[in-house]
Amino acid sequence: MNIVHAKTWLVGTLLFGALACFWGGHLAPYPLFVVCNIGISIVMAVSLNLINGHTGQFSLGHAGFMAVGAYVSAVITNHYNESGPVLAGLEFAAALVAGGFAAAVAGLLVGIPTLRLKGDYLAIVTLGFGEIIRVILQNMDAVGGARGLSVIHGYTNLFWCFALAAITVYVVAGLVQSTYGRGFIAVRDDEIAASAMGISPTRYKVTAFVVGAFFAGLAGGLYAHSTQFLTPNGFGFMTSITYVVMVILGGMGNTAGVILAAILLTLLPEGLRMAADVERLPGVAAVRPLAWLVNTRMILYSLLLILLMLTRPQGLFSFRRQPGKPSLH
Amino acid sequence: MIEFLQQLTNGLALGSILALVALGYTMVYGILRFINFAHGDLFMLGAFAGYYVAPWVARALPLPSLSGALVVLAVSMLVCAIIGLLIERFAYRPLRNQPRLTMLITAIGVSLFLENGGQWLLGAAPKRFPLLLPAWGQWKIAGLTMNSNQCVVILVTTLMLLALRFIVLNTRMGRAMRAVACNPDAAALMGVDTNRVIAFTFALGSALAAAAGVLFAINYPSIDPLMGILPGLKAFVAAVLGGIGNLPGAALGGLIIGITETMVAGYISSTYKDAIAFAVLIIILLVRPSGLLGKRENDKV
Amino acid sequence: MKPLLKLEHCTIRFGGLTAVSDLDLTIHHGDLVGLIGPNGAGKTTVFNLITGVYQPSSGQLSMEDRPLSGLYPHQITARGVARTFQNIRLFHSMTVFDNVRAVFHLHRHGDVRHALWRGTTFFRRESQITSRVNELLDLFHLGGFRDQPATSLSYGDQRRLEIVRALATQPKLLLLDEPAAGMNATEKLELNRLIRHIRDSFSIAILLVEHDMQLVMDVCDRLVVLDHGVKLAEGSPLAIRHNPAVIAAYLGQDPSTASTLNT
Repeated sequence: MNIVHAKTWLVGTLLFGALACFWGGHLAPYPLFVVCNIGISIVMAVSLNLINGHTGQFSLGHAGFMAVGAYVSAVITNHYNESGPVLAGLEFAAALVAGGFAAAVAGLLVGIPTLRLKGDYLAIVTLGFGEIIRVILQNMDAVGGARGLSVIHGYTNLFWCFALAAITVYVVAGLVQSTYGRGFIAVRDDEIAASAMGISPTRYKVTAFVVGAFFAGLAGGLYAHSTQFLTPNGFGFMTSITYVVMVILGGMGNTAGVILAAILLTLLPEGLRMAADVERLPGVAAVRPLAWLVNTRMILYSLLLILLMLTRPQGLFSFRRQPGKPSLH
Repeated sequence: MIEFLQQLTNGLALGSILALVALGYTMVYGILRFINFAHGDLFMLGAFAGYYVAPWVARALPLPSLSGALVVLAVSMLVCAIIGLLIERFAYRPLRNQPRLTMLITAIGVSLFLENGGQWLLGAAPKRFPLLLPAWGQWKIAGLTMNSNQCVVILVTTLMLLALRFIVLNTRMGRAMRAVACNPDAAALMGVDTNRVIAFTFALGSALAAAAGVLFAINYPSIDPLMGILPGLKAFVAAVLGGIGNLPGAALGGLIIGITETMVAGYISSTYKDAIAFAVLIIILLVRPSGLLGKRENDKV
Repeated sequence: MKPLLKLEHCTIRFGGLTAVSDLDLTIHHGDLVGLIGPNGAGKTTVFNLITGVYQPSSGQLSMEDRPLSGLYPHQITARGVARTFQNIRLFHSMTVFDNVRAVFHLHRHGDVRHALWRGTTFFRRESQITSRVNELLDLFHLGGFRDQPATSLSYGDQRRLEIVRALATQPKLLLLDEPAAGMNATEKLELNRLIRHIRDSFSIAILLVEHDMQLVMDVCDRLVVLDHGVKLAEGSPLAIRHNPAVIAAYLGQDPSTASTLNT
C-alpha cells in the first residue's frame, strides 16, 4: 500500500461507513449482525497478522486479548448510562479505547515473559495465556462468572465496525510499511541478522504483541456491544484458531489477503446457515435436502479448510511465490 | 498425609493417561516438527471404538473381565492406528514439503472434522461407556483407597511405555525413526523409507492415544465427541513441558500435569483446574525455555 | 589515541572445548586488520565474541574504553560495530531497498510513536531515509536492483548488499566474515577495491576474516593469525608470510624445512 494514498483510503472508508450506517438502518438485524461480524473479524485478523504474519511469532491466544477488551468495555458502558447519541458515542469510544488499553497491558504481560520462547513453545504458551484469561473470567463473579455478562447497550453499528476496521488496517499496514516497521519483518526473516544490525528482536516482539493486543481489545469491545451477551467460553481456544486460520489463509503478512480471508471465513458459516434456513421460508418447504446443511455446516467448513490447504497451501490470496529457503519439513 | 497420598494416586492415574496421549504428540513432533492438533481427537475416537467394539467382544468373551477389556483395548488401538494412517496419508503427506504452518492448519481442519463429524455421526449427547473391568472393588492399604481401575490404568500405561521404549531403542523400525527424527534427508539418502517410518509413527501414536481413550473411559465412563479437546490440549502441554520431541519428557510431563491438576482440584479449587496445566507450563518454560528434558537448540551464526 | 576495540585475555569455552584462549587484540580507528588461520581456528568465534552473540568465559572487551560485556548484539551494533555473515543472512523476504532501509531506524528514537501516529515528522523522516538509502545503494552500484527481492541478486551482489546493509548502521568498526567466499577471480578483484574504498571514504576500521591469502595479503595493513584458539602471530603481511610458526600451522610442516607461504 502506498503511504501517501493510505490516508485517502482511510477517510474514504470512514465516510463510506458513516453512509452505510445511515442507510443501513433499514437492513434486517441479522444481515446487519453478519456485516458487523465481518468488521470485527477484520480488526482481529489484521491485528493478529502483525504478530503472526509480519513478526513471525505464533500466537494462539488472540481471543484472550479480545476477551479482556470485551469485558472491560462492557463493564464501563454498563456502569454509565448516557443519553443522547453524541454522549453515548463518546462513552462508547472511551469504553472501546479503555478496553484496548487493558488488552494492551495483557499483551505486555504475555509478551515480556514469552520472548525467550520460539515457535511451538511460544504458540502453546500464548494458548495457555488465553485459556488462563478464560478461566479467570469464569471465576470472576463481578462479571457474571461462567453464567455470562449481559451488556446493556447495543452501541455497535455499521459505522463503528467500518471505522475501526479501517483504522486498524491503516495503522497496522502503515506501521509495517514504515522504516521502523521493517524491523518486524527483519525479525521474522532472520533474528540473528536483525540483532546484528541493531534491531532488538525483544523490543519488536513486545511491540507487536502490545499493538496487536490493543486492536484485539477494540474488537472485543465491538463484539460485546454487538452480541450484548458475553460468556468466557466464547473466547476459548477455538475462537483464537478461527482468527489464526484467517491469517494463514490470507497469506501470512499479506494485509489485503488477510482482509479478504476475514470476510470470506465470516461469511462462509453464515452463508451455510442461511442456505439451510431457506428451507424454512414459505414456499420452499419442498427443498428438504437442504436441511442437512444445518447439521453438517461445521463439517463442510472443516473439509473446506483441509481442501484449501491441500490446494493452495501458500494462502488463498497469495499469488507471489513465497521467497526464501525451501523447507524440507 | 493419607489425603495427600490419595490425591497422588488419583493424579498418577490421570497423569499416565495424559502421558500416553503426550507420547503421540511428541513422537510426531520429533519426526515431522509438526504439532498434530488432531491427536486429541484420536483419543476420543479410541474411546468410541471401545464403545462400539465392546458388545461384539462380549459375544465371544466374558465381559466385564480383564481379558475382554484387553481385547477391546487392542481392537480400539488397531482401529485408531488405521485411522491415523489414513489421516497421515491423505491430509498430511501431500503437504510434507510445504511450510509447517500449512500442515498445522490442516491438522486443525482434521480436528474440527473429527469433532463435528463425530457429533453428526455418533450424536452429540454423552454416551455411557460399558463396564469393561469387573469391580474387584477397592483396596484399603493403610487408609489409602486404591481403585482397581486405577491400578489397571497405571499398570497398562507402564507396560506400554516399556514397549514403546523397546520399539524405539531396540528395533530396526525404531532406529529408522530415530534416524528420520535426526535428519530426514540424510536418513532417506541412507536408504530409510521415510514415508513408511512416518506412517508407522502416526500409527503408533494413534494407537497410544486410543489406548489412553479407552483407559480414560474406563475411569470416567461418559464419552462424547468433544471429549478429546481438553485432554488433548493438556497432553500437548505435557509434551511441551517435558521438552517436545523427547519421549521420557512427554511421560514425565504427563505425570506432572496429572498430579498437579488433581492436587489443585483437591486442595485449592476445582474451578481453576483447567488453568493449572497452563500455569505450570508457563512457569517451567520461563525457567527452562526448551522444556524439562528438551535439548537447547542454538542457532548457528 | 584511544583504541577503538580492545580484547584483553579473552577466553571462551564451550563445555570442555576452549574455542578461543587468552586472546589480546587491539584495533585502532581506520585500521584494516585481517584475522586468518586454518579451519576451526576460532575466527568466527572471535566475531561472535565481539558482536555479543557469545559472552567471554573470562577476559575483557571494550570499545573506546567502555566495556562491551553483558551487552546484547543489537546494543553493540548501536555502539558502532557492524558485521556481515559467512553464510549470507539477508532479510530474504524484502527488497534490496528495504534490506538497507530496515536498519535505519537505529539512528532515531521514539520511531514507533511516529510510525503509529504518522504526522508530518514521520513523512519528513521517511523521505530523508529514502534518499539516504538510495545514495548508499548507488554508491555501491546496487541502485539498479533497488526494488528486486534481495534473494534474486547474484551471489557477489548479495555479499555486497550485506556490506551496504552493515554500513547503513553507521559503524566505526566493520567486521567482514569471509567476504570472498564463493567469489570468482574478477569478483575478488572488485572486492579488494571495495574494501579499501570503504575504509577510505567511510573512515572506519575493518576487521576481516578470510581464507583467500592473496586478498588478505593485498588489502590488510596488519594480520593476526589464530590457530586452535590461540594467537600465533601478529604483524605486517610481509612478516606473517615469512613467520615459520604460521607456515607450520598452515602446512603442518616442520618450521625449519618450510618455505615461505605460497600465496
